Amino acid sequence: MNEIQVTSGLLLAAALFMLGLIGVLIRRNIIFMLVCVEIMLNSAGLAFIVAGSKWTQPDGQVMFIFILTMAAAEVSVGLALILQIHHQLKTLDGDAANSMRG
Amino acid sequence: MKLWLIPALPLIGSFILIVAGSRLSKRMVAIVGSGSVGLSALITLFTGYKFISTSATSFHYQAWQWMDVAGFSPAVSFHLDALSLVFIFVITFVGFLIHVYSTEFMADDDGYARFFAYLNLFVCSMLTLVLADNFALLYLGWEGVGLCSYLLIGFWYTEEKNGYAARKAFIVTRVGDTALAIGLFMLFQNFHTLNIQQIAAQAPQQWAVGSETAMVISLLLLGGAVGKSAQLPLQTWLPDAMAGPSPVSALIHAATMVTAGVYLIARTHAIFELAPDALMIVGIIGAATLVLAGFTALTQFDLKRVLAYSTISQIGYMFLALGVSAWSAAIFHFMIHAFFKALLFLAAGAVIMALHHEHDMYKMGGLKKKLPIIYWTFLIGASSLAALPLVTGGFYSKDQILWLSLAGEHGNIWFFLFALLGAFITSIYTFRMLFLTFFGNEKTHVGHIPGNGITIPLLILAGLSTIGGFIELPHSFGHFTVFSNFLNPVLPSVSVQEGFESIEWMIQLIAAGVALSGVYVAYIFYIVKPGLSEELKTSAADLHKFWFNGWGFDSLYDKLFVKPFVFISDINKKDIVDLFYDGLVWISNFFNRIFSYTQSGILRWYIMGIVIGGILLLTLGLIKN
Amino acid sequence: MILVAFIAVLMIGGVIAWITSQWNSILSRWISLIALIVNFVLAIFIWIQKPTIESSNWIVQFSAQWIPSLGVSFSLALDGLSLLMVLLTFFLGIFAVLISWNEIQERVGFFHFNLLWVLAGITGVFITMDLFLFYFFWEVMLIPMYFLIGIWGHENRRYAAYKFFIFTQASGLLMLLSILGLYFIHGRVTGTFTFDYFQLLNTEMPADVARWLMLGFLAAFIVKLPVVPFHTWLPDAHSQASTAGSLILAGLLLKTGAYGLIRFVLPLFPTAAAELAPWAMLFGVIGILYGASLAFAQTDLKRLVAYTSVSHMGFVIFGVFAFNELAMQGVVMQMITHGISTGALFVLAGTIYERIHTREITSMGGFWNKAPFMGTIGLIFVLASLGLPGLGNFVAEFLTLLGAWQANQVLTIFATIGVVAATAYSLRIMQKVFLGNFSSDKIVPDLSLREKIIMVPLVIAIVWLGLFPQSVMNTVKQMISAQFNTEQIISNDTENENGSK
Repeated sequence: MNEIQVTSGLLLAAALFMLGLIGVLIRRNIIFMLVCVEIMLNSAGLAFIVAGSKWTQPDGQVMFIFILTMAAAEVSVGLALILQIHHQLKTLDGDAANSMRG
Repeated sequence: MKLWLIPALPLIGSFILIVAGSRLSKRMVAIVGSGSVGLSALITLFTGYKFISTSATSFHYQAWQWMDVAGFSPAVSFHLDALSLVFIFVITFVGFLIHVYSTEFMADDDGYARFFAYLNLFVCSMLTLVLADNFALLYLGWEGVGLCSYLLIGFWYTEEKNGYAARKAFIVTRVGDTALAIGLFMLFQNFHTLNIQQIAAQAPQQWAVGSETAMVISLLLLGGAVGKSAQLPLQTWLPDAMAGPSPVSALIHAATMVTAGVYLIARTHAIFELAPDALMIVGIIGAATLVLAGFTALTQFDLKRVLAYSTISQIGYMFLALGVSAWSAAIFHFMIHAFFKALLFLAAGAVIMALHHEHDMYKMGGLKKKLPIIYWTFLIGASSLAALPLVTGGFYSKDQILWLSLAGEHGNIWFFLFALLGAFITSIYTFRMLFLTFFGNEKTHVGHIPGNGITIPLLILAGLSTIGGFIELPHSFGHFTVFSNFLNPVLPSVSVQEGFESIEWMIQLIAAGVALSGVYVAYIFYIVKPGLSEELKTSAADLHKFWFNGWGFDSLYDKLFVKPFVFISDINKKDIVDLFYDGLVWISNFFNRIFSYTQSGILRWYIMGIVIGGILLLTLGLIKN
Repeated sequence: MILVAFIAVLMIGGVIAWITSQWNSILSRWISLIALIVNFVLAIFIWIQKPTIESSNWIVQFSAQWIPSLGVSFSLALDGLSLLMVLLTFFLGIFAVLISWNEIQERVGFFHFNLLWVLAGITGVFITMDLFLFYFFWEVMLIPMYFLIGIWGHENRRYAAYKFFIFTQASGLLMLLSILGLYFIHGRVTGTFTFDYFQLLNTEMPADVARWLMLGFLAAFIVKLPVVPFHTWLPDAHSQASTAGSLILAGLLLKTGAYGLIRFVLPLFPTAAAELAPWAMLFGVIGILYGASLAFAQTDLKRLVAYTSVSHMGFVIFGVFAFNELAMQGVVMQMITHGISTGALFVLAGTIYERIHTREITSMGGFWNKAPFMGTIGLIFVLASLGLPGLGNFVAEFLTLLGAWQANQVLTIFATIGVVAATAYSLRIMQKVFLGNFSSDKIVPDLSLREKIIMVPLVIAIVWLGLFPQSVMNTVKQMISAQFNTEQIISNDTENENGSK
């Protein structure tokens, strides 16, 4: 099996992170934003895995499991919020939820 | 010793009238109002008799300790000596006559009780002023009379202009009072007491003649006197004060209150004698005022305003007398002036009432037949004012001033010439007034014939202003000096310069001649050739206007003090300091608005912010390494 | 114990008044009235019974532990000055309840609760001798006052209430800083950490530290007093508050500032205060003249009277920093007489407002004709305000100026000129409200019996203070002379003994 380059692994993680970030920034649909947040989380997880395998330490995988649990919690809270927003505002447009405007 | 009763009785009268005045009948009000002053006049008579018969130098009565702080301990205590006796005599007697007069004069007025309440309060304050044994209590009386003057000038309060005149009187005199107050602070600082007798006794020991402190204090006291006595430069309030009822003008603005300044200077003569320069200024103010006011009186058409300017002018004579240290001459003229000027004002009031509140002399005329008693009493008063020789009180009192202004130790020829010029003008305007009012054709119908309440006081005053003069006769005839002898323990007599004794009769002759020629001039102008005065008026219209407006003092003060003060307070109505705090509020609002833009409520902006912040931090970290 | 009772009666009375208002609003008025009268009678009792002054000038003292670990005690004490102030508090408090009898119809219970608690706070400020407790009471009087203005005030009450609150709170915090500073400095020097006033006296500290600490205290007091340019809360608060609120503000709250100057600033920081004196006097004079000129321009009656307060309070700071007994006596008199005379003018403005529902003097005039009793009362207090001899304010101003003359002559001349300006604005009130032609389309009945009951005692008080001020002066004489000269006490004592014989 070919050793996968650390650099390419990290590049992939960075690319995924940027995709997620851009998604969060430009999408107005909250569900898409949530999905993009998930992508960013996973890219971070990927970076941990790559780093873990590079240093041959288990910490990277431990962190990934942490991220998974956190993502699960986040999704559940996020979805609940989305449901509420949809219920209150009858829309999934994130920008419409700007009643906290100063 | 019933000394305290003299001021207390009018106070009680006033209190009764204030509290229960609206419930009493007019008759009761008149009895309480006049009675209280009448009783106090009787007690004055009794006290005076005791004073003279025991040949005491002073009576003293302390009612209670007013304050006692750190050595400052004025008491409410009264001091009666010859000087105050003359004053309380005039105040209570003339006051009583004027009260009696008012019972008829004010009979139809709604504010009958209020009028007598104020008048009684005035008498009380005035008595307190002249009886006070310390300057703090004197100041109480001093302000008290100012207050009553304010209340009575504005007595007919529904007229806006009366209120204005009243406020003007109060505020202008208070300017003088401020000087007086500062003078009192200085006196206290120097003597650690405000007791008048103690200060008078200590002053010559503490200061040398010509001392600077004595000079400053004298000038400050003079400031107070000038305000109250309507002398230059604070004379402007008195003519406007004629807005009050005529009895008020007679009592307050002729006989008593306006001479408080004379009293003050006479009372503090010990200090003034230590400041010859200040005395000189007193004389100059007197001389200037008497001429200035005389010219203005010549041009007035309102009967009461003529009398007002004449009062200013006559008090100018008193100041002149004080200025040449002729103390008793000033007090003598004060007394005679109180009689004849009260008489003139009361007679003028009767005329004005008879003519339905007509003040314009040019609309009067021919009253000689209609109001004979008024005419004769007015004539006596006018002769006294014009100082017609031998038969009038005014002649003797004014002659003494003329004589001492030349021959007294501080006299000089300029004072004499001014006084002589003043005497000439006085007799012109006095008889102008008489001729215009009582001679010629009747121009306004006579509505109200005065009754006994008005005529009896007039007759008594006419008698007093004639015989009053005979208690002090000059050297050249009789040399009868009861009055100055009486005052001598309090007010030192003035010595006459060398070489003048022999010409006293000449001075008297000149004075008599001047007075009579003034009458003659008035006779020519207003009886023989009535058109002449109009011609003169049109040929010198500007001068006439200048004199008519009292030498432009009113408009000068208006421009100098009133307008700027009103202007400043008007533009600052919203309080400029508040702008600063409004500015603070504005600044915090501004930043609030700026920062609240960042709180757009749009989630994506926040994330963008996080990203940019993260990138910035990273770059900063990289650059640093 | 009697001192605790003063405060407790008011606080408990306030709570009961609040509770009972659920059933009957009249009852809560009566409870407040009775609470104040009880206190007033107690205070009068102390005044009459006042033991002949011995070595100590403290008439009554009370002290209990509160937070001993921090050196905080519940320490109350009453000397001549405090006694007079407390008397004034209860005296005016009674009228504050009476004047609100008809005016306040909403949330009556809560109103009286606030009223009594303000008064409790003020009483506490006047009698407490522990700086921590002092600050506590300082805040206690602030918050109910905020409600009094903000809930029962006039049209612009919110703004006024906020302004009042922010000014006094901000300056109060500066005072708290100074209190803490003093606490720690004292603790470091002596080893005992305490807020006790008597122990904190004569704390040794470097001159510049003393200066800063003094400025902190000064900030609270000159805002409260108020001294120009920190006065702008006052016209708004006074004109917007209900009549009782204005009465308490003008009559009592301002006096806490003056009291603070006399009680704390001068004794705690004598040298620093002496350095500051010329400036303080200058600001006093500026206040006198500036307040007078603004008062002259106002057309809102209550605002006008408010600015006269600014002018009159200028005399207080002017006199306090003249540093002599005469001026200080004048200041104490000024505190009392101003409380009465200005309070009365606010009550008068309130009664007029009840009749014609405006405070604009341009729409008044000629009221004398319809309401001569009101006119006479108005005249008396207008005259008091312009300092007419025979009324209390004259005694105050004359003594202040007489004393100040020894300290600074130029400034005294300007302050005396302020009296002329006082004449101008005071007579303007008289002219615009009572004289002239009756022009209002409203009916103006004369004072009712209740209003007479308020006004007549005030008139009697101001005349009494003007003619017989000595009884009041004797009460504080001991305290004042102790402040200036310890040797003088002995001579005064002998004088008092002679006087009592």
